This record gives sequence, C-alpha cells and structure tokens, in this order.
Amino acid sequence: MTLLDVHDLHVAFDGSGHQAVTAVDGVSFGVGRGELVALVGESGCGKSLTGLAILGLLPETARTLDQSKVVFDGTDLTTLAPAAMRRYRGARIAMIFQDPVASLNPVMRVGAQISEAIRAHGRATRQEARARAIALLAEVGIADPASRVDAYPHQLSGGMRQRVMIAIALAAEPELLIADEPTTALDVTVQAQILELLDTLRASRGMAVLLVTHDLAIVASRADRVLVMYAGRIVESAATRDLFHAPRHPYTRGLFGSLPTLADGSARLAPIPGIVPPPDRWPSGCRFHPRCPVGVDRCRRDVPPLVDIGPRHTAACWVTGAEANR
Amino acid sequence: MTTPLVEVRDLVKHYRPAGWFNRNAPSIRAVEGVSLEVAPGETLGLVGESGSGKSTVGRAVLRLEVPTGGTIRFEGRDLADLSPAELRATRRRMQVIFQDPFGSLNPRRTIGASIAEGIEIHGLAPAAEIPARVDALLEEVGLDRNYRHRYPHEFSGGQQQRIGIARALAVEPAFIVCDEPVSALDVSIQAQVLNLLLDLRERHGLAYLFIAHDLAIVRRIADRVAVMYLGTIVETGPARTVISDPRHPYTRALVSAVPHPDPDRQGDRIVLEGEPPSPSAPPPGCPFAPRCFHSQRDRRCDQERPLLRMVEDRQVACHHEG
Repeated sequence: MTLLDVHDLHVAFDGSGHQAVTAVDGVSFGVGRGELVALVGESGCGKSLTGLAILGLLPETARTLDQSKVVFDGTDLTTLAPAAMRRYRGARIAMIFQDPVASLNPVMRVGAQISEAIRAHGRATRQEARARAIALLAEVGIADPASRVDAYPHQLSGGMRQRVMIAIALAAEPELLIADEPTTALDVTVQAQILELLDTLRASRGMAVLLVTHDLAIVASRADRVLVMYAGRIVESAATRDLFHAPRHPYTRGLFGSLPTLADGSARLAPIPGIVPPPDRWPSGCRFHPRCPVGVDRCRRDVPPLVDIGPRHTAACWVTGAEANR
Repeated sequence: MTTPLVEVRDLVKHYRPAGWFNRNAPSIRAVEGVSLEVAPGETLGLVGESGSGKSTVGRAVLRLEVPTGGTIRFEGRDLADLSPAELRATRRRMQVIFQDPFGSLNPRRTIGASIAEGIEIHGLAPAAEIPARVDALLEEVGLDRNYRHRYPHEFSGGQQQRIGIARALAVEPAFIVCDEPVSALDVSIQAQVLNLLLDLRERHGLAYLFIAHDLAIVRRIADRVAVMYLGTIVETGPARTVISDPRHPYTRALVSAVPHPDPDRQGDRIVLEGEPPSPSAPPPGCPFAPRCFHSQRDRRCDQERPLLRMVEDRQVACHHEG
C-alpha cells in the first residue's frame, strides 16, 4: 500500500526577469509504508525542493505548479488549506535537515523543544511531555538522557544535535520521515551511527523514510529503492540491488564511475565530463546529452520518457531504454 | 633513502581560546606531538575527523601557524630559522589548495590577474611572457584560456577549484598542501579534480600533503597515510595495506564506517560508541581509550599514552597491537 504518491510534481521559481525557472520538472514516485526510499542527485537537481514541496515548505519565491499532486494516505496535500496542512506537517510527516544548528532554538533547552513538539501534536501535561522527551532521547541513542534533557544545543556535539532533531521529528509519531542530507555535515563514524539509527527506527516504528542525499555510497546498505535525479527529473529508479549491480542510465553509470572506493585498482576515476547545468541553463532534449558518452542525435531534440526497462526498474534514456525494449 | 622534502618532528600546537569570557578556559590541544615526512614526488594522506588536528598540521607545515613546539624542515632547513625574506622564497616552493577556492580568490580581480600574481611577485617570468604562462596554466587545469578575463563568481565550484590549482602551480612549487580540496564538490566534479591532481603530480613531480576526512578519496591518491585522532597520529604506513588491513582500533572503525557502494558487500560494520573527547580535555592515557572496543583494552590504556611503534610494514600507537 502506497503511503505517499507524488505525481507529476513541478516546482518553479519566479524568475528575476519575465520568465519562471522550473527547478523540478515532472517528478513522480511512491513511498510505501515502512519503506526507505533514497532520492539521489547532485546539487541543483531538485532533490531537496522535492522534499520541501511534499511538506509545502517551499521558499517564498518558489511554487508548486497546478498539475502536481502529492497524495498522502489518500489526501492530496497540494489542495489543503494552511490550517489543514498543519495536521500533516510535523505530525504525520516530519522532516530533518543537514544542519541541526539552524533548526534548533539556541536559547531553549533541548527537552523543552522536544516537549513543545509533543504538546503541539497531542495532549500531554508538562510532566508527561518531559517524561516522553527523556524516553525519546533514549530512543535516539543519547547517553544519560535524564540529564541531557536540560542541555542547550551548544552544549551538544553535531551528532547529538542531529539525534535531538530526530527526537523532535519522532515526537508526533510520524508515518513518514523526510531526511534531507541528514549526515552530510557529520564525521564519517558519526554518519554511520545516524544511518544505523534511522534504519533501526524504521524497523521498530514501521516509519517510512525518504532519504534525500548526494551520496550514492551511503544508500547502498540502507535503502529499499533508489531514485536518481538529474536536472529536475528522475532519470532512473530501481530496487537498490538492481541499481547498484546493473545501472542503466548513463548518468547513473557516470556517478558510479566517479565514486572513489577503498578497493585496490587504478588511482584514476572515470568521471563524467563537463559540469552540472543550473536550472536556468538546462539543455534541450535529454538534459544529460552534453555530458553523455552514448548519446545519439535524437537525445538533443526529444525528452526521453521514464520507461520500464525491467521489473520495477525504470530509466529515461533513448539509448539504454531502446536496448531494453528491443 | 632520499632526504625528505618536508620533515615534521614532534609538532605541538596549543591554542588559547579567544575572548575575555574564556580567560580561564583550558588550552585547546590541537596537535600533540606529530612527526611525519614527505619525500619528493610522494603523497602523504593525512586522515582524521573534525577536531583531529589534521588541518592544523597542514597550516603549521606552511608556517601559517607558529607551532607551540617541535620543528618543521623544508628541503632540510628549519623554517623557524629562516629570515622573512628566506621564508618568502621558501613559500614559493610550498603551496596550498583549500576546500573553499572562492574564499581564497580575490573577487575583484580577474582570474588571469590572480594566477599571474605569484609569477610577478617571485619574478618567475618577464612581464611580456606572463600572459602566455597564464594561458598555459589555464589549459593545463582544463579551463578555456579566454576565461582569464572573467571574475571568480562567474565560475562553478569545480572550476574555481581548478583556478585555485592553476594559481598554486603558477609559482612552480615542489610541494602542495591539499586541504580537503574536493570535499565541497559534487561527486562527478570531485572525480575530475582528483584526476587532475594525479596528472599534475606525475607531470611536475609534485609532492602532496593530502588532508581529507574521506578515506576512499585518500586511498585513490596517497602513497602513504597517517591517521590522526585527537591531535596524535595513531597509525601510519603504506596507504594500501593500512586501509585494507588496519591495525589500530580507531583506523579499523574508520575504515569500516566508509560506506561501500555495493549492497552485497557490506561486511561487519563497527559502529563506534560516542564521539571524540574535547581537545581541551584529552584523556590522560590513550586518546582513543574512552571509545575503544579492543578485546585486550585494560587499565594501562587509561593511564599511559601509547607511542607509535613498528608493526610489520607500518607504525601503530596501541598498547595491544604488535
């Protein structure tokens, strides 16, 4: 059963001139209950905007275009009034970000911030909320939660602050957690701890997770499915194992070629040539064509649709898509 | 054995925290007795997490920081003994590439002028030849020569990093400190810049001190690695064997934490408890003892700081290894 169904999502910025700039261009995907789906891409591909658009948290200069649908448990969130949206945002769908410092109130004890979230979404006395806050801190793996509940954010390390953010996100027992680069600012050993925690919470609470990240390597062990975005569109989606063992889109293959590993072998990597185009300079046709090693004439003109190339495996490529359907 | 290009002995760097409110605060012990060498043409990877002191070592090697203790020799000469004029001349031979190239480029000068600056200061070419040199440098780092009339903000992060590299190369160095040079870049661009650094090393016989938190990147470029934890080196040796068969428990945890891009080859992950202690209050014994999972961990680990000693092909600072 699909918990979240994003359909034909378009996000545009009001341009400085006359024309709006599209940054998310027809993105569709689903997330099932308890599923961990990774949305992977480089800067400017629209992955973070996709996460924000689901929650109606777009910056003021951006808006969701009319054809977009974000259906959560049967309700299209794009049609909701702000008051109705608040019953979903933070309550049934929570979000955490890369930088916990910017999201936490620096002059409020962390326990009070968790309690605030608990009381905003349900009935609880102060004492009950405090007890729940301590239990949540314990659940997210903070040692000595009964004393840390009275700490201020600056007294905690980066990893602990991210754990506090997760505790706040869990306060209302969400069914879906959107995690936008939750480990990017953290050291590698702490990153491993936070990923482990997200995976544990998903299993223990049956909570679905949409993990938005630039790092293909971190999703290998955790995600059920991976969606790869490039220049505002999903270019490939597959079960994690299929994507890692048989990537089909030339961009996905290029990402793997760029990825350094610990294995022996040549020092040189096989990077993708060129640069990631910004949204106001997306090329025509397939947006990857100027950097693509296998492109044909058609790629310059026509936008390749996202088509099935295997069981639950889709790719948007004239060349590899045609190979699969031959 | 060749003379090392760079030789660091027993480097110590403590900082007094700034500000009146911190007047009684303890010193931050950023580096606590680090020794390392880099041979001509060699790349030493200096690996560690935030607060490990790796960047402080890099800055001290360039004498951008005055060490609290220890010596740094470049081409056999102690940097502390050099006159300001000699230090300037030596600095031409040692350059630096930072994580944030935009921060190190003057936003009001064209990139051509920024690249030419070092050549002019050090009188490396007659004025008439400088434009041709700048063009050659731009091409060498993979940029169009017409870009020299443009300003830094007109470039993407990856292009800015290439400009930073061209600027470092302009003064014909023997040694470059690369401080997290690719960690702010997108993965496809990261690989391009890494390949460029490999090419340049080969073409110019450059030595690198490559400072990074990402072991997978270091594995690609470094001949040897030194792993830092809380201001000390805990393990150092050939990059290949240290990473494939780490001995110090911290190195083992660090290697196992590197995400492996293959769902079927995840292996047993060591997830460390807790986080590094504060560098203003390091533990009295082994700096890693409070988080250590070694089966023989004992009271000695809490009381006595282990020194680096030879274990097969590398050095390890652990009471229970070797």
